[in-house]
Amino acid sequence: MSHPDTWQRPPFISNPVLRWAVYLGVIVYVGWTLVTLPIDWGRVAEGLVRAQRIFGGAFPPSFERSGLLIDGFLESLKIAVLATAGGVLLSIPIAFMAARNIAPRPVFYLGRAIVIVARSFHPVIVAIIFVKAVGFGPFAGVLTLIVYSIGFVAKMLAERIEEIDFGQVEAMRAAGAPYFSTLAYAIFPQIMPRQIGLTIYQLDSNLRASAVVGIVGAGGIGATLANAFGRYDYDFALAITMVIVAAILLSEGVSGWIRKRL
Amino acid sequence: MLKITDLVKRYGGGDPVLKDLGLTIEGESVVSIIGSSGAGKSTLLRCINRLVEPTSGSIVLNGTELTRLRGRHLREARRKIGMVFQSFNLVDRLTVMENVQSGRLGYISTWAAIMRRYPKDDIRRAYELMERVGIAHYANKRADELSGGERQRVGVVRALMQKPEILLADEPTASLDPKTSEQIMGLLRDLSRELKLPVLINIHNVHEAREYTDRIVGMRYGRIIFDDAPGALDQEAMDRIYSGSPAADRADGLRQAS
Repeated sequence: MSHPDTWQRPPFISNPVLRWAVYLGVIVYVGWTLVTLPIDWGRVAEGLVRAQRIFGGAFPPSFERSGLLIDGFLESLKIAVLATAGGVLLSIPIAFMAARNIAPRPVFYLGRAIVIVARSFHPVIVAIIFVKAVGFGPFAGVLTLIVYSIGFVAKMLAERIEEIDFGQVEAMRAAGAPYFSTLAYAIFPQIMPRQIGLTIYQLDSNLRASAVVGIVGAGGIGATLANAFGRYDYDFALAITMVIVAAILLSEGVSGWIRKRL
Repeated sequence: MLKITDLVKRYGGGDPVLKDLGLTIEGESVVSIIGSSGAGKSTLLRCINRLVEPTSGSIVLNGTELTRLRGRHLREARRKIGMVFQSFNLVDRLTVMENVQSGRLGYISTWAAIMRRYPKDDIRRAYELMERVGIAHYANKRADELSGGERQRVGVVRALMQKPEILLADEPTASLDPKTSEQIMGLLRDLSRELKLPVLINIHNVHEAREYTDRIVGMRYGRIIFDDAPGALDQEAMDRIYSGSPAADRADGLRQAS
């Protein structure tokens, strides 16, 4: 009896008609969007000239008003630290609520709903709402990034809680331990490393996001940058951008270094 | 005294796992439960401390009906029932002392537990018991640094910290090598004698059941079909307990080896 000597991995979509229909559909849709998207090539050409003027004005970067720059940056840092502390503290109970294996069904749905709402809006949109609600300035930034932190930290932590070794919880229950003692002994030690890693990651992430939400008026270095642009101080804007990039590179490096050692 | 009558456990709508099961354990005897996988041994043990909810029937431990307890009363009853697990179920990232003290969580406040402010008596008792089973020098080590046999000793001490009125052991030696396994079985038997503590052990190893326990209960498909001294467990009884399952071959092999 002879065996075949060729073999192919079974395709992801086994029905060939459906498979080719999906491929063709994607290609047609991308082509159609390119054709129908209103791109005014004349304005693009003008924009190139304007971009040249902006970049021309930006060089060399100006660090003359470095006092303003440092103030803006320190404010961003404060926003990030406060938002991380508040966001992570709120994330812990929400994560416990949103973990399927330990929360009662109605609490689980409430927890998941909070996480979904916190995740569904980009920080810039949240910032616009908070700036309207509490006015321009860093407080709006802190509130925005708290929501942003909850969306990420609570979700990741809830997923970690769902992966725990449940035997440890069972052992505490079998010993007659009350609910919160069980959490403290059987669950906290298991999620602690992830918790610390997430906090450091979120601090780094909030620093980056604080620059962005500042542009819509939520304080920090982003606000300084928006002002510089508004006054056509392109050289100062470039200086600010460079500092932001340097700070983000630094914080990413430090946070990666710490998380690797956990 | 533990008295189980007419115990039924049904998962979902299927065939019951435990069928009108009755079992009485008196005095400080070591009782082993044998039977093939799926016979309901683990479910029976977990019904006693209510990690599994019985469907119907009665379980009375020293005058307390366990099946209808809720909330605080259930926790108070569980404190009197120690449990040792197959996979040890230690908190890996905590020290041996913290693991041992977790057996007292039902007695101390949550705040004291979080702050690790254990009562002096509990600390002394922990050292005594750890000394007894030979792990006192590991008190400050993290639980995941210990070997399997040592980890199960921590599990046993944790259960004994509860000052239990009965000890349940759910296949306590199934994750251990043969030699360590015998040591743990010997330890359970000796502790039962020293502390006048009834011990109920689920076990797959029939040889160890014969060697280390006073009474063997054989289960098959949710019913007890053998209940006697180890000496009475003959080939005919073994066949009845293990017939029609792969576990039969395993038990045969063991019997010839011993």
